[in-house]
Amino acid sequence: MDILIYGIINSFSLALMAIGFTLVYGISRLPNFAHGALYVITGFLVWSLINLLKLHYAISIPLALIIMGLVGAAIYRFVLIRVRGMATSEIIATYALGLAILEFLRWGGFKGMTYTLPVFIEGKIDISGIPIDFQRIIVVGIGIVVVAFMWLFTHFNKIGLALRGMAQDEHAAMMLGIDSDWMAVIAMAMGSILAGISAIALLPLGNIVVEAGYNVLILSIAVCIVGGLGSWVGAILAAFMIGFLQIITVAYIQSHFQMVVALLAIIITLILRPSGLFGRQKELEERV
Amino acid sequence: MSTIERRKERLDRGIKVRTEGIYAVSSWQEVTYLVLPRLILIVGLLLLPLLIPILGFSPYWKRVVSMAAIYGLLALGFDFLAHFVGLVSLGGAFFIGVGGYTAALLNKSLGLSPVFTIPMATVGGAIICTLLLLPALPLRGVYFAIVTLMYPLAIMRIIEALNIFGGTDGILGVAGFPNTWIEQYLIILIVIFALFGLRRLVNEDIGLVFRGVKDNDQSVRASGLSITLYKAIAVFIASGLGCLGGAYLAHIYMWAGISQFALDFSVIPIAATVIGGGGTLVGPLLGCFFLVPISEWLRTFGTLRIVFYSVILMAFIMFRSEGVMVYAQRKYHQFQRWVKV
Repeated sequence: MDILIYGIINSFSLALMAIGFTLVYGISRLPNFAHGALYVITGFLVWSLINLLKLHYAISIPLALIIMGLVGAAIYRFVLIRVRGMATSEIIATYALGLAILEFLRWGGFKGMTYTLPVFIEGKIDISGIPIDFQRIIVVGIGIVVVAFMWLFTHFNKIGLALRGMAQDEHAAMMLGIDSDWMAVIAMAMGSILAGISAIALLPLGNIVVEAGYNVLILSIAVCIVGGLGSWVGAILAAFMIGFLQIITVAYIQSHFQMVVALLAIIITLILRPSGLFGRQKELEERV
Repeated sequence: MSTIERRKERLDRGIKVRTEGIYAVSSWQEVTYLVLPRLILIVGLLLLPLLIPILGFSPYWKRVVSMAAIYGLLALGFDFLAHFVGLVSLGGAFFIGVGGYTAALLNKSLGLSPVFTIPMATVGGAIICTLLLLPALPLRGVYFAIVTLMYPLAIMRIIEALNIFGGTDGILGVAGFPNTWIEQYLIILIVIFALFGLRRLVNEDIGLVFRGVKDNDQSVRASGLSITLYKAIAVFIASGLGCLGGAYLAHIYMWAGISQFALDFSVIPIAATVIGGGGTLVGPLLGCFFLVPISEWLRTFGTLRIVFYSVILMAFIMFRSEGVMVYAQRKYHQFQRWVKV
C-alpha cells in the first residue's frame, strides 16, 4: 500500500519536473539542458523574495514565476536564437548555460547554511495508516492541475493550438502565419514557468541544494526519453513507470539505486525503442 | 548619398595552391610555408616543460603541463567525434574514468608497471567504452549527447552504491612515474603523435567515410557500408585517446577515484574545442593549453572557474562559433578583398 501511495506521489513529482522539458523540446526542438538550473534558480528566487525582501509567501510565488517566465524568454531571445537549428551548438549552449548558473549558485552566497522553503500547509494526514504530509498531497494536486491545464491550453486556446501546430509541422505552421521565433519564446517562457512550478511544489519537501539541478535534469530527460521526446502523453506515462520503479527499488533493494534506475531506463529504452513509447512520428530522424 | 554595395571576396594565396601538390620542394619559401606552422607547434610543445623552470614558475606548473596534455587528448577525441563523425559526446569524463580505473586496477591487482598498464588500459578501456556505448550508436544528435552525458553519472552512482573499486575513496597507491621529465615528455610526445595521426586518418579513405556518416548517413548506408561499424571504430579511437589520458592521470596522481568521472573532464574539452576551432584538431589542443592553466590559476575561486569557462564557451558559441584556429588558418591560407557587387 505504501508503495502505491509513494509511487503515485513520486510519479507526479517526476511528471511535474519533466513537463517543462518536454514542452520546449516538443515545440521548438530545443533540448533545454538548462532545465535543472531553472528549477534551482526558482527555489533560490523564492527564498530570496521571502527572506531578503520580506515578501509574503503567497506574493513571492507568482512573482518568482513571472520572473522565471521572463528569464526563459530572455534565454531564448538572447542566447538560443543565435544557435537555433545547429543541434550541436544548441546542446552545448544550453548545457554551458545550465552549468554556469548552477556552479555560480554553488560558489555564490548560497552556501554554509541550509535553505528551505516553507510548506504550504503544515500537518499530516493518515491514508490507510500511512502518514502523508499535506505538501505531498499538494504535489499530486498541482500535478493534476498542471497536466489538465496544459491539455486544455493546447486544445482550446489559440496560442496553445499554434504551439501544437509548430510541434507537428513547422513549415506548414509558418505558412499559416505562425511566427516560429515567437512560439519558441513562448515555449521557453512556459517551460521555465513549469520548471518553476515544479520547484515551488517540490522544494519544500527538502533543502534547496545545487545538486538538485543535476538530478532534476537527469530525471526529466529520463522521463522524456522513455516517453518519447516531445510527447506529453508519453512523458506522463513514463513518469509513472519510472516513479513506481524507483519506489519499488527503494523498498526492496537500496535507496542508492534510485538514480541508477532512471539511467538504466534511459539506456534500455534507447536500445529497444529509441523514439520512446510514444514518439512514433519522428522515428526516422532520430535513428538511422 | 550613394551607397556602394560591396562584398568580401576570399581567395587562396598562390603559395597555398602551389604547395598543395608535389611542387612543395621547389623553393625554400614554399617549404617554409608548409613546415613552419607545424614546426612552431611541435617545438613549442617540446620546449614547454623546459620553459617552466626558466621562467620561474613553481614545479607545480609542471603538473599543469601534463594535465593540459591529458585534456588535449580528450579534446582531440571530442573534436574528432563531433566534427568528423557527427557524434557529440558530452561524456569525456566517462573515457577518463574508465581508463583511470582500468590502469589502477591492473597496477594494483596484477602488479604491472605503468609501461604495461597504460597501453593495456588504453586498448582495454577503449574496448569497454565502445562496447558500453554500442547500444547508443544508432542514435543521432541530441539523443547521443544525452546518453553520453548519462554514462559518467551512472557509473559514479553505481560505484558509490555497490561500493566496488574502493567505493568513494577510490584506489590508492597506484605506481607513479620515475620523474617529472619523463612524465611530461611522454604525454607531450603522445599528444603530438595523436594529433598528426588523427589528421592523417581523417584524410584517408576511412576519414571520408566518417565524414559521410556525419553529413549524410543514408548515402553511406546506400553504398553498402555499415554506419554502426564506422561509428564504433570512431568511438573506439576517441575513447582510446580518452582512456590513455585517464590511465596517465591515474599514474600521475597515483590514485583513481570517482572524481575522475567529474564534470571538468566533460566541459573543458568542449570549451577548448569551441574556442580553438572545431574541425581543425590543432585548435582544441591549443585551446586546452590555454584553458587548463587559466583553470588552475583560478583554482582558488572554487567552482567559479566552471562558471568562467561556461561563460566563455557560451560567448564563443554565440558570437564566434568558428573558433580561433579556423580564423587563423583562413588568414594564413587566404587573402580577402572588397569587390563591387
